[in-house]
Amino acid sequence: MTLTINGNAMDVPETVSSVSDLITHLELGSKRLVVEVNQEIIDKSMHAEQQLTNGDRVEIVHFVGGG
Amino acid sequence: MLKIGNYQFKSRLLLGTGKYENYHLQKKAVEVSETEVLTFAVRRMNIFDADQPNFLEMIDVDQYTLLPNTAGAKNAEEAVRIAKLAKASGLCDMIKVEVIGDQKTLLPDPIETYKASETLLEEGFIVLPYISDDVILAKRLQELGVHAVMPGASPIGSGQGILNPMNLQFIIEQATVPVIVDAGVGTPSDAAQAMELGADGVLLNTAVSGAKDPVKMSLAMKSAIEAGRLGYEAGRIPKKEYAVASSPTEGLSTVES
Repeated sequence: MTLTINGNAMDVPETVSSVSDLITHLELGSKRLVVEVNQEIIDKSMHAEQQLTNGDRVEIVHFVGGG
Repeated sequence: MLKIGNYQFKSRLLLGTGKYENYHLQKKAVEVSETEVLTFAVRRMNIFDADQPNFLEMIDVDQYTLLPNTAGAKNAEEAVRIAKLAKASGLCDMIKVEVIGDQKTLLPDPIETYKASETLLEEGFIVLPYISDDVILAKRLQELGVHAVMPGASPIGSGQGILNPMNLQFIIEQATVPVIVDAGVGTPSDAAQAMELGADGVLLNTAVSGAKDPVKMSLAMKSAIEAGRLGYEAGRIPKKEYAVASSPTEGLSTVES
């Protein structure tokens, strides 16, 4: 399926069906991050349950240096 | 002690984490500052280069209270969204509400800042709005229930110091919540001046990260803030127009002629 991740269209393999799967696929498992799907924040405890569907808009954000 | 919401801090220096030359320098600067509060921004992760280092990975996060900002927000709605993303990290419940109303001066939009603060208080955040040195806005925000007000000394990153000490003093005099002077501090004397005026703390970033020697400047800022606070608590002498001798005027030994 195709997802829009941080504003970029991206094809992900069939094995990716949940937010957890996506994080693993992108090799971000060790990162402190926050995921939003279609403008709804997905709590970390829900990453495994939250299913992704074709066309979903996914935002993956983190903390960067700032004042 | 600096008390913000349920938090208590020994240090009155809040340190930004932006624009350091490298993480090694930054880590040292943070260490010598003895700060307990670090600010961060929330941004999209570069998922194609996720191995790039992140400062949060370099420090013991449990040792610090994280104060994410809503920088990048142009209205209340965007600020609330960023704040919620920050809180969902599970690392913090404090938020620096920063809604910029003008890109040239980077001055905060008072109306959108007020609206965002109102919503975020309802959502249970510890809310620290970054504002101009507007006395009435500070008053209105503290009536709303914010946990601290953070008036700017001068525009963000300008290093111009405290442009209107009188306004800052008025804000401090009427404050029922901590006043953190945020933005525009350039030198240790600026930070000391803020503390001497009675500010409860100083938040700065560029003054340290942009200094020729950020580690040394970090130490200088720590010392200046401590000195300024001590001076405020000690109580300064009133200013007088003419000189008043420090040495006794009586008992002067003179050569009679």
